[in-house]
This record gives sequence, C-alpha cells and structure tokens, in this order.
Amino acid sequence: MRCTRPSGKIPSNTVQRIINTITINNYRGKVQISQLKMRRITHLVLLLAGLGWIWASAAPAGATTSGKIPAPQVGFLAPDFSLTTLDGRSVTLSDLRGQVVLVNIWATWCPPCRAEMPAIEATYRAYQNQGFVVLAVNATSQDKQADIQPFMDEFGLSFPVPLDIDGAVTRAYHVSSLPTSFFIGRDGIIRDMLIGGPMAEAQLRARIQKLLAEKP
Amino acid sequence: MLPVLNIGPLALQTPGLMLLLALWLGLSLAEKTCHRHGLSADRLYSLVFIVILAAGLGARLFYALNNAEAFLASPLGLFSLNPDMLDPFGGFAAGLISALVMGRRYRIHFWPTLDALTPLFMLLTLGIATAHIASGSAFGMETSLPWPFSIQLWGAARHPTQFYELLAASIIYGLLYRKLADSPAPAGTLFLTFSALVAGSQLFILGLRGDSTLLPGGLRLEQIVAWLALAAIFWAYDKLVKAAK
Repeated sequence: MRCTRPSGKIPSNTVQRIINTITINNYRGKVQISQLKMRRITHLVLLLAGLGWIWASAAPAGATTSGKIPAPQVGFLAPDFSLTTLDGRSVTLSDLRGQVVLVNIWATWCPPCRAEMPAIEATYRAYQNQGFVVLAVNATSQDKQADIQPFMDEFGLSFPVPLDIDGAVTRAYHVSSLPTSFFIGRDGIIRDMLIGGPMAEAQLRARIQKLLAEKP
Repeated sequence: MLPVLNIGPLALQTPGLMLLLALWLGLSLAEKTCHRHGLSADRLYSLVFIVILAAGLGARLFYALNNAEAFLASPLGLFSLNPDMLDPFGGFAAGLISALVMGRRYRIHFWPTLDALTPLFMLLTLGIATAHIASGSAFGMETSLPWPFSIQLWGAARHPTQFYELLAASIIYGLLYRKLADSPAPAGTLFLTFSALVAGSQLFILGLRGDSTLLPGGLRLEQIVAWLALAAIFWAYDKLVKAAK
C-alpha cells in the first residue's frame, strides 16, 4: 500500500462516493453478520431438536425385537418346526437350543445347492464336536424323494436331512429361492441369513466360529 | 417384500439389483452435471470405478483378516464371488484411501468433486431405501398406529420405516434436483446440504426402528452417530461459507 500526500481540494462527489461505500460496506457487514448468526442459531436449534428426539425416541422395554417373535429375519426367533428325517428320526428345531444350528433349505435339482453341499459337509465335520448342528431341510414338496438318497451318497453327506413334505417349513421361512440358509445362535435367534448360493467354505467357517465363540 | 425376483430359471436378488440400478442412474445423472463442477465425465467414471474396485478388495481383505482361521483352512474363499464375505469398515477405508490417492495424483479438488458426485449419492439413497423395502430389513418397531403409519411385517404391526426412508430420499431428491443445474457457490455447499438433509432425516427415522443397537437408557447408537454427523456437517458448512467470504 502506498501513501500519497493529498493535493488540493477533494471533489465533493468523491467524498460522497467514499461515504456511500463505507455505508454500503457497513450495511453488507451487518447483513453478513446477521445471516451468519441466523444460520448458527438455526443449526443450534436443529441440533437441540435432534437431541430432544433422541431422548424422546429412546426405546422402551420390548420396543425392539429382542428375539421374542418368531419370523424368518435376522434378530428374530427362528420359527420352530418338527420334521422327520430321511432315516426316519424326528427332529425339532427348539430341542437344539444351546447349539449353533445351520438350517439349509435345498433341493436335489438346484445347481447352487449341489455346489455348496461339500462345503457344508466339511464345516459340519470340523465343528460338530463343538456344538454345531446342520439341518439340511429338503424342500420335498418341490423335489423327488427318491432322488435324495443317491444325492446324499454322491456327496457323502453325514448330517441329518429333514423332509419338508408338505412345504410348511418352506412357507414359514418365506423361502423364495433355493438354497436359503439361516444361521441360528445358541439362543435360537437368527443371526444371519443367505438367500441363494453357493456358500464358500471359508464363509461358513467364519460364521460358525463366531457363533460358537458366543457364551451359551 | 420381494427379496428374490424369479424370472424363469433366474433368481435375481432384488436388493442388489436396486443398488446396481441406482448406481447406473446416479452415474448417468452425475455425468450430465459434472462439468459444472470442473470435472470431466471420463475422470468421474474412472474415479468411481477405482473407488468401487478398491472398496471391494479392501472389504474382502478385511473380512479375511478378521476371519483368518477360516480362510487359512479354506484359502480359495478369498476369490469367491459371494458378496456376503465383505467387511463394511474395510471397504469404506479402502475406498476413502483410493479416493484421496486419486485426488492427489490427478489434482482433483475435494469439494467440487463431492458436489459433482452428489447426484450419484442422491440416487444411491433412493436405491438403498428401495433395497430395504425389497429385503424387509431396516424394519420399524411395533406400533398401534393405524395404516399408513403401520404395516404388518415380521409378525407384528410396525412403523413403515423403509417407506419413510423412501419418502425422505424422494423429498431430498426433489429439493435438490433444481440446484444440480447451478454451480454452487461456494463449492461443497451442495454436497453438505444433501448430507445434512440425509443425516437429519435418518436421525428422525432411526428413532422408529426396531433393529437398533441399544445403549443404556434405551438410547439408540445409530441415532447418536447421525446426530454427530449432522453437527460435523453444520460445522463444515459454516467454515466453508466463512472461508469463501
């Protein structure tokens, strides 16, 4: 910035211009300050309202699922069922409470079901002694019962295969695609579900290990 | 709820389909307006492609690291195309790092780029809401309110939070659609306005959810995160406008 010595009289229109500029700038400054203040006040009010809503919408007891209602969704109690297995034994899901259960709903004609069976078998063999159970529910209402045993023999499957002859389990679990798998914790609550497949062995192992690590 | 769409022998996962559709539409919309923010369509596409790729790889690697024992027993699982074996935090971190590296390398400016990507984010919020409707996840808590403020879902009458989410995303889209045509002054305000609207609407909707992570006193963790995000957005907006003046 350079200072120059004033020379002679300052024209009156220049003085007026300077006065105008100062006034406008002051006015603008005031407007800017008030806009800034207004915005900050609005933000503060909104944040306080947000805090109020957080407090007001705090969940009362029983507001969330808490695993009480049976529904085929993560966080809910797994819908109970009793079925007869391929070798004639009876199996009830709720009797398995305290163990980690994989309910895999499948059919012999379904390619991804075939693809994931070796992984399920390997995982079952690895963790069955630690409290892991597989219920490979065959959607018999959409399958041929005669094809099941050859399928089991082909893959050397050792886990129980309950038969859903009337499709009740398929309906209760809202199965719209095969395979569908539900990972059920020791408390009987669905922790994870997978629609479609095939599942990778690492994926199965990761989920089962996590569920087995939970305290009964 | 329609988690799977069966077309002949094909079983399409509807939530994934909705997200892909939103990504495609969002990119198309962002492509039309990105030049207003000083970003070419080619640069926009390469940025999004690299970030998605890095996020996918990061998410799978983090998942494998978190479940090292399972992957050591079955290492081929690392290359599985199954989208369920992804870690969201790992994906976010890898995506963010790749975006920052790209930004430095190609001298992409931070705020104008976020403004240019806002149409994509807007469509993605619509896609996420639709995916929640399709899968039945992100459900509301039980209520005795009459229809349309309650829907029968998972064995009870519940707040239709997925539909609230869709409504909020549509309103945000409607509010900001016209602003997409302008170059926001200062840069970054378009993105921050969008973010504030999303955080604010989520703060409200999360209070009606039935799957919240509860803290002592019944407070919902996700709501507190949304509130903190909103506070950070307001702070950034203030700084941005002040710096511009």
